[in-house]
Amino acid sequence: MKFVGVTSCPTGIAHTYMAAEALEQAAKDAGHEMVVETQGSAGSDPIPQSVIDAADAVIFAHDLPVKDAHRFAGKPTVDVGVKRAISDGPALVAQAVAAAADFKANPAKAAAAAAAAPVGGLATKVDSSASLGTQIRQWLMTGVSYMIPFVAAGGILIALGFMLAQVALGENGAIDITKYDIVAKDAAFSIMDSFNPFSLTMWAALLFRVGVAAFGFLVPVLSGFIAYAIADRPGLVPGFVGGALAGTMGAGFLGGLVTGILGGLVARWISRWKVAKGVRGVMPVVVTPLLSTLIVGGLFVIVLGRPIKALMEALTNGLNGLGVGGGLALGLVLGAMMGFDLGGPVNKVAYTFATTGITTAGLATNAPQFKIMAAVMAAGMVAPLAMALATTLRPKLFTEPEQENGRAAWLLGASFISEGAIPFAAADPVRIIASSVVGSAITGGLVMAFGATSRAPHGGIWVLPLIGNFLLFVLALAIGVAVTAGIVVALKSRDHSLADAAA
Amino acid sequence: MSLISQTQVILDLAAPDRHEATRTLATTLVADGRCTDLDLFLSDVRKREEQMATGLPGGIGIPHARSAGISTPSLVFGRSREGIDWGAEDGPATLIFLIAAPDGGGEAHLAILAKLARKLMRKEFRQALTDAATEAEVVEIIEREVVNA
Repeated sequence: MKFVGVTSCPTGIAHTYMAAEALEQAAKDAGHEMVVETQGSAGSDPIPQSVIDAADAVIFAHDLPVKDAHRFAGKPTVDVGVKRAISDGPALVAQAVAAAADFKANPAKAAAAAAAAPVGGLATKVDSSASLGTQIRQWLMTGVSYMIPFVAAGGILIALGFMLAQVALGENGAIDITKYDIVAKDAAFSIMDSFNPFSLTMWAALLFRVGVAAFGFLVPVLSGFIAYAIADRPGLVPGFVGGALAGTMGAGFLGGLVTGILGGLVARWISRWKVAKGVRGVMPVVVTPLLSTLIVGGLFVIVLGRPIKALMEALTNGLNGLGVGGGLALGLVLGAMMGFDLGGPVNKVAYTFATTGITTAGLATNAPQFKIMAAVMAAGMVAPLAMALATTLRPKLFTEPEQENGRAAWLLGASFISEGAIPFAAADPVRIIASSVVGSAITGGLVMAFGATSRAPHGGIWVLPLIGNFLLFVLALAIGVAVTAGIVVALKSRDHSLADAAA
Repeated sequence: MSLISQTQVILDLAAPDRHEATRTLATTLVADGRCTDLDLFLSDVRKREEQMATGLPGGIGIPHARSAGISTPSLVFGRSREGIDWGAEDGPATLIFLIAAPDGGGEAHLAILAKLARKLMRKEFRQALTDAATEAEVVEIIEREVVNA
C-alpha cells in the first residue's frame, strides 16, 4: 500500500524528524511505501498533491495542528500524537492498513469523507505556528490574493466599456452608457433584449455591465477567502454570505474584512465542537454552515446596520453644514473621505454629496457644485494611481499578486475606479488607508483651490471633454498621487527594515 | 562550525537527575561560545521537558530547545552506564543527546539537526555509539553518519 503522513512537534527540531524516520522505516519493513512531510523548523517540503491523491491512507503524528490539512481530506486517517510514532511506528502502520481496508470495504464511509473534502484543494498562505499578527496578515493576504483577479477583470472591463462608449456616443458616452443594464425595464436599454453585434454602444454597455457584475464579487470573495484561510472549508459559507451582506449594506471592503474574520473564527469554533458520533457526519455539510452563517449574518446586520446608517447620516449632515461654498476646507474633507474606505460608506457619502450637487438645474459652468465634483473625482483617482506608482517604483515592497494588481491599477485609477486600490488596503489597512487619506485630501483641496471643474459624475480620463481647467486638475491629481505613493513607500520600507533587523 | 567536537562528548556521565545531567552536558558548550547564556538555555530546555519528558523507548533521552542563549546548532553526547531517568516508560536513558539550536536560525543550519534526529531512530547508529571506546570515535561516527552523510 501507499501511505502519506505529517509529523510535527512543539520545538520542531527532534521529534518531528524521529517520528518521520520511524514511520518510514516501519512502512518499509512491512512492505509499504510511505512519504512523510516533516512540518518542523528546518522547513517542510509539501508532499506533491498527486502523491497524496494516490495514497491509501494518511498518518498524522503531530503535536501541532497539521498545516493545510485540507490537502489530505477524504482519506482514511490515523491521527495520533508525535510520540506514538516514535515509540510504536509499526503499530501505526498496521492501523493505517486496517483503516484503508475498512474504507474500501465500506463505501458509505468513504463517500461521507469525500463529501467533506475540498474541491481541488484551494491554497492558503497560512502558517498556523506564526504569531497572531503574522497570522492575521496571512488571513488578509489569502483573501486579497483571491480578490485581485476580480478587481483586474472587472476594472479593466469597466474602463474598456467607458472607452468604447466615448467612441460610440461622443463626449457624454461614459455617462450615458450607465443607463444600459443587462435587464432593464425599457427594452431599448436592456442588453438582453436589444443586443446587436453591429452596435458599438451595445458592446460598450455589455463590457461595462459584465465588469460591474465582476465587481459585485469583490467584497464577498475577499470576505469568503479570509474566512477560508482561518477555518478551511467550513469558513466559506459564512465568509461569502457575510461579505455579500456587507456589500448590500454599503459597508465596503472594511465591512468585508469584519465579516471574513468573524465568519472564519465562528466557523472554526463550531467545527471544533465535540459532538456525538451520529451528528458528526452532518456537521460539515449542514450544521457548521447553517449556524455560522446565521450568527455572522445576523450579528453583522443587527449590530453594525444602524451604526453604519447613523455614520452616513452624520457625515451627510456635516457636509451639508459646510455647504457647497465650503471651498478649500470642503475639498480637503471630501478628498479625505474619498480616500478613506474606497467605495465604503464614508466614500459613498462624499460621492453622493458631489453627484447630488451637479444635478441642480441651471448651474453655471464654473458653479461650485462642479468644482466639488472635480475634487471628489480627482481624490477618488489618487489611491489606485498611487498604488500603481508605488509598485512600479519599489516592487520589492509588494507581493507578486500586488505587483500584478499594480499594473492594472494604472488603468483603473485613470478611469476613477477607486476599487483598484482595495487589494492593497485590505492586505495592509492601517498604512494604506493613512497614506491614501493624506494624498486624497491634498488632491481634493488643490482641485477646489485651482478651480478645476467636472460636469461628469464618473469616468476619469474618459470624460476629459467635460472637465474644466484640465491641466490644473491633472496637476492636483499628480501631487496627491506622489504624496500617497511616497508615504506608502516610506511606511513599508521602514517596517521592512525593522523586520530584517529582527530576523 | 561542525555539530560536535570531542569536548562535547561525556562517555561516563554521572548525575542525580536529568536536570543536573543536562547542566553538565550544556556546560561543555560555554567555553567555545556555542552557548552564550547557560541559564537561559537551561531554562528553555527545562520548559520543553516540562511540556513532556523527552525520554524515548530504548534508553534514549533527547533534551533539546531552540534558545536565544545558543549561537551555533550543536550536539552534546552523554553516555551513562547505570542510566538516568528521562521520563520514558520502559526505563532510564543510557544515551543522551542534548540538542541545542539557535532561536530563529536559518533553515539550512537546522537541517543538520533534522538529519541527526532521523539517525537516532537507527539501531545501528545507537549501537555504534554505545560501543564507542573514545570521544574521538563518537565524534567520528557522528561526523560520518550525520554531517557528511
